[in-house]
Amino acid sequence: MLRALTAAAAAAIAIVGVAFAAAEAEHPQDYPFSFDSPVGNYDMAAVQRGFQVYNQVCAACHAMEHLSYRHLGEEGGPFALYRVRDHETGEMTMQIGKPEHGGTFVDVVDNPYVRAIAEEAIISDIDPNSGQLTDRPGRISDRFRQPFPNEIAARASNGGAYPVDLSVITAARHGGADYIRSLLMGYSGEVNGTLYENRYFPGGWLAMPAPLGEGVVAYNDPEVPQTVEQYATDVAYFLQWASDPHMEERKRMGIVVLAFLVVLAGLMYLAYKQVWRGESH
Amino acid sequence: MSGLSTYEPKSGLTRWLDKRLPIIRLAHDSFVAYPTPRNLNYFWTFGAMLSLCLVVQIVTGIVLAMHYTPHVDHAFASVQRIDRDVPFGWLIQNIHSVGASMFFLAVYIHMFRGLYYGSYKAPREVLWILGCIIYLLMVVTGFLGYTLPWGQMSFWGATVITNILGAVPFVGESIQVWIRGGGSIDQPTLSRFFSLHYLLPFVIAGVVALHVWALHEAGQNNPAGVDVKSKADTVPFTPYATIKDLFAVILFVILFATFVFFMPNALGHADNYIPANPLQTPPEIVPEWYLLPFYAILRAFDFNIGPIDSKLAGVIGMFASIAVLFVLPWIDTSRVRSMRYRPIARQFFLIFVVACLILGWCGGQNPGLILAKPADFSATLTWVSGGEVRSEQFTAPSEGEYEEFAQAQRDRLAEQGATMTSITRENARTATITGVFGGTQSTETVTGATPDAMEEAITHAKEEVGSGAAFFSVERRSPYTFTVTTLSQIATFYYFFFFLVLLPLLGLREKPGRVPDTIAKPVLTEQGAA
Repeated sequence: MLRALTAAAAAAIAIVGVAFAAAEAEHPQDYPFSFDSPVGNYDMAAVQRGFQVYNQVCAACHAMEHLSYRHLGEEGGPFALYRVRDHETGEMTMQIGKPEHGGTFVDVVDNPYVRAIAEEAIISDIDPNSGQLTDRPGRISDRFRQPFPNEIAARASNGGAYPVDLSVITAARHGGADYIRSLLMGYSGEVNGTLYENRYFPGGWLAMPAPLGEGVVAYNDPEVPQTVEQYATDVAYFLQWASDPHMEERKRMGIVVLAFLVVLAGLMYLAYKQVWRGESH
Repeated sequence: MSGLSTYEPKSGLTRWLDKRLPIIRLAHDSFVAYPTPRNLNYFWTFGAMLSLCLVVQIVTGIVLAMHYTPHVDHAFASVQRIDRDVPFGWLIQNIHSVGASMFFLAVYIHMFRGLYYGSYKAPREVLWILGCIIYLLMVVTGFLGYTLPWGQMSFWGATVITNILGAVPFVGESIQVWIRGGGSIDQPTLSRFFSLHYLLPFVIAGVVALHVWALHEAGQNNPAGVDVKSKADTVPFTPYATIKDLFAVILFVILFATFVFFMPNALGHADNYIPANPLQTPPEIVPEWYLLPFYAILRAFDFNIGPIDSKLAGVIGMFASIAVLFVLPWIDTSRVRSMRYRPIARQFFLIFVVACLILGWCGGQNPGLILAKPADFSATLTWVSGGEVRSEQFTAPSEGEYEEFAQAQRDRLAEQGATMTSITRENARTATITGVFGGTQSTETVTGATPDAMEEAITHAKEEVGSGAAFFSVERRSPYTFTVTTLSQIATFYYFFFFLVLLPLLGLREKPGRVPDTIAKPVLTEQGAA
């Protein structure tokens, strides 16, 4: 009887808990990202486009202080370079992104794409000869260029609001990449002073105006639509990669580890049965 | 069990060593020949898992400490560096953070096992108390470790927990400052937390050695709860227990690996990926999942008990919930160890497990969250539209007579024909009374699921009437609410009721089932029957 009561109480609590879950902002849209499944990888073309969106739009206000340009070209990065041998001609060609099979990873130091991305950035540094502050083109070892020298400057340029660092933003927000994507698409157009209405933002109003618009970033690939939804999806891909750059390696290793452990558990079970054979317990 | 050693050194070297340091003999007697009850179930494999967890945490922790920087400006970034740039740093860091959760998962099952099978009863009281000390050290170590990444939850969790200590009478504030190394959580706190987080696991390892020693002196308990009586009751530890432990440990590692490789952040809080900011309190401050039951007990005391204020009562309740475990061997009066043969106690034990789970759930919720209520919050607005509005100031002869005087003013205006009156008090003696004469009186009742929703509905209703009314009289009605706090109060009550009332009384009143004479007997008859 007591047991039945306990079960009933537990069930009642579970139902009540679900029914009264606090709902402040609208739940983000569930988008089928390629990395959602336990074996899913990054759609690297989307991560590359997402970097382009970050670099041309978000980077005007948002820093990513934990990322360096070299990260883009390291193994598992969106601009990782591989040397691939053509099967028919035997010629060696360079290719961005991991080929289906084969291919040798080219160290990021020899990656011209990443070097070009870094050199586009103007980095403020101390001149080695004069000791004075000076501007120089970026190097792959540089951190992503910070849009503001400090938090005070960032707030002063943004009406008192601080544009958060985006290095680990998808890990730091409930809903992750879905939240980022929904937020970027969730503007209603209502403006109240310096606040902009967004149904996915807790509280409903945020200081960031809608950053994306049709065609603000020109993609190289004519097949890819230049819409707010596409930009939002791509930049969510990029930010997810930035938060979790080793995800592909982690999942790959996880599959192998689990497969090994399952086989080992099977063997252990047989060994256990063998040892205890003839012993009652 | 201590007995004659069966170890025989086989080679010249081992004979030589055995005369000087009988370490191989110790290992042989402890982990090979050690007699193990033959009826142990899988709940007896958690000791092996816990040993593994301790080793894993120490090994990964030492590597992490090589790369971590215990400085308020660099701690968060150094963890990022470990995750991004240190070779396999992401793996080591994930193992360490998931490992803490797995450690607690295993220790909780291990402790519930001990409670259910009466493993704390004579002659295992010291073994049990050593286990409680290990658990307490684990809680402290886990809390200190959670501070180190210096995210928002690290910082504010540490603030809340150290604030708790301030509730202790007389010395609380001094202790708080001493532990923090200053008035608030800052660099001195991080430095000492890092130092202690490195130290305590080795203290745990020391107490674990004592725990294992005590275990091997008293012998293992078993599901039947009866003592080992003859050799027929036992099997040698190796290979029998060793292989079973290994199999169970591998199943445990599969669960461990699933978290490490496929959902490393599932057990953490998203806010800890936001760097600590002393100027911004996060919307919710929650400890790691394994401390939630105690957090719920702490917050269940939202009332003063005589001279003890609610904060101190919560602290006492929280510490008492662990302290009660230390004296458990002497409050449980039943001489039957295993709850298998205690039909009534077993049912109360199951409710106890549910109460602990409920406490865990409550600890993660907003304490004011309303779980159930008989009716909505409601308010009745009364106002007069149209009519003539007149205001006048009055002064009561003294502060004590104010209420009486104000009522007289109301009555006076009502006599003059006022439909409604309102008084705005300006100071102790003077107030302004406003009366509406003529017009039509209307009322409206609004409702809301929460007090906030009701206030919103009131504002909305007022806006609809607009300037048509000079003022409103609002009567608010709050229904009885069953909140998370109420639920945790019930669960907390049961937690203590179970230990302090049920276990002492049941032992005297309950009629236990028939306990088998030996371990071997039920095992062998069951096998025979099958």
